[in-house]
Amino acid sequence: MKLIKAIIRPEKLNDVLKALYQADVRGITVSRVQGHGGETTPVATYRGTTVMMELQEKVLLDIGISEEFTETVVEAILRSARTDEVGDGKIFVCPVDEIHRIRTGDRDTAAVTPVVEGTPA
Amino acid sequence: MQLSRKSLLVLLVLPLLYAAGAPAPAAAQAAEGAISGADTSWMLISTALVLLMTPGLAFFYGGLVNSRNALNTMMMSFVALGVSMVLWAVVAYSLAFGEGGTLVGDFSMAMLSGVGTEPSGTIPHMLFMAFQGTFAVITAALISGALIGRMRFVPYVAFIAIWGLVVYAPVAHWVWGGGWLSELGALDFAGGTVVHVNAGIAALVAALVLGSRREYARTALLPHNVPFVLLGAGLLWFGWFGFNGGSALAADGIAALAFVNTLLAPAAALVVWAFLDYFRSGKATAVGVATAIVVGLVAITPASGFISPAYALLLGAISAFPSYFVLQWRARTRLDDSLDVFAAHGIGGITGAILTGFFASAAVNGMDADGLFFGNPGQVGIQLIAILAVAAYSGAATFIILKVIGLVSPLRPSEKEEARGMDILNHGEEAYASSSGAILLLDEEMNGGSSAESSPGTPAGSTASAHTTDTV
Repeated sequence: MKLIKAIIRPEKLNDVLKALYQADVRGITVSRVQGHGGETTPVATYRGTTVMMELQEKVLLDIGISEEFTETVVEAILRSARTDEVGDGKIFVCPVDEIHRIRTGDRDTAAVTPVVEGTPA
Repeated sequence: MQLSRKSLLVLLVLPLLYAAGAPAPAAAQAAEGAISGADTSWMLISTALVLLMTPGLAFFYGGLVNSRNALNTMMMSFVALGVSMVLWAVVAYSLAFGEGGTLVGDFSMAMLSGVGTEPSGTIPHMLFMAFQGTFAVITAALISGALIGRMRFVPYVAFIAIWGLVVYAPVAHWVWGGGWLSELGALDFAGGTVVHVNAGIAALVAALVLGSRREYARTALLPHNVPFVLLGAGLLWFGWFGFNGGSALAADGIAALAFVNTLLAPAAALVVWAFLDYFRSGKATAVGVATAIVVGLVAITPASGFISPAYALLLGAISAFPSYFVLQWRARTRLDDSLDVFAAHGIGGITGAILTGFFASAAVNGMDADGLFFGNPGQVGIQLIAILAVAAYSGAATFIILKVIGLVSPLRPSEKEEARGMDILNHGEEAYASSSGAILLLDEEMNGGSSAESSPGTPAGSTASAHTTDTV
């Protein structure tokens, strides 16, 4: 089982959600975060003071999936979140020890999106 | 404890001022003419409009500060609605508009004695008193812009209470209550000097006395809600029609003149300021536009009933320049007047008062008041004297009042308290609290139980309380 953490641009969120939906991935947590990678920082002026906006608005996706889905999800995000500009984001694939579904008590692979024969890539 | 100290200070200073202006027989306001329904209607509305300016100011200032200081900043305006208005009714009105002498009024109308529905001009006397009271309130609230983020609330309240009695009332008397500046012929239609230069200089001095915030000039301090700033500017503009239009004290051509000038001057200031912003940084900013509106309104205030609308456009346009550049300069200094009370109200008021000396025209104002452009160069000199006198007195008195209060009760909080924010410190409230982080304490838990309040606030800007529960 894996936990995919993806940091993407806020304006690409809808595209990514759509791509994940089309890949039959169910189960995602979205948070609004701030951060930066290598991008240059915009400068803002407030009443005589010049301010460098160090942290950019980003969106963090947490997706818990079984290993078979890893490639599907990663490719879906890479395809839909890319703008070819510095600041597009990163995807982290992290190992997960246990997953529990709270409603039913299902564990591990039974608690995440099921793998169906012939799932589209 | 605090109350008795405050009373002591008031009792010490007032008799000195009273003695300086020769005591006069207790006389009610001279009743002249009959009540005009039209005038009274307009003045009732104007009073309400000017009152709205103080909440408007609260939003204007509140939006410009950090979210953890937002409530305290707004409370500094709202509390003036209580403290300054009560003191106005109790004694300050009498000190400002009682006959008294050349420097201050008297106590003849203390507790509104003799202030009834009899005519004062063509409106009921108590309406005049109420209208003037709303001016006293906004003047005190204006100063708070230079004190945000680093002042304890009780000393602040003590400050505006004493200031209203010792500074505002006498200055109002000098210009409007029959005092020496009105005898000199100083022209101040709606309070460019009495309100704005007065508050602007007081703010400058107060910012110097208080010192700057520890974060100032070290971290980027950004407005937390620019839409509030725009809302505040809009409410201020709306209310200002009462501030200037109502200063005609009648529903007549002069009120219309003041109203129209109040429409045109800020419009011109807005356009010029937007250009200045654009040339300096390539972008016209919303905060800049809101500031420009206020600067234009301040500048037209002394001139509103004295000059023609064409000159109001010119005055508004001119007024943008000094305030804009003083504001830029201030941002490079260590002076923490970050809401720019001095640049907007002090400099704006000075610009407007001086230009009144140029543009006033008797043909327009029907009051035999001409400025330099209309053959009376002396008026500019008189305006300058008024500005300097009010600035000197306001500055000196503000300094003394704050220093004295500071001896009794510290003006500033500790460094840690300042970092946590004035809202929690002064009011025990957060502007943007999230219920999901708070736990309700039941009586039995508070009295006997071992549990304590916990607030694991994750949203940016919220603060944790002193205790934490054991998390499971």
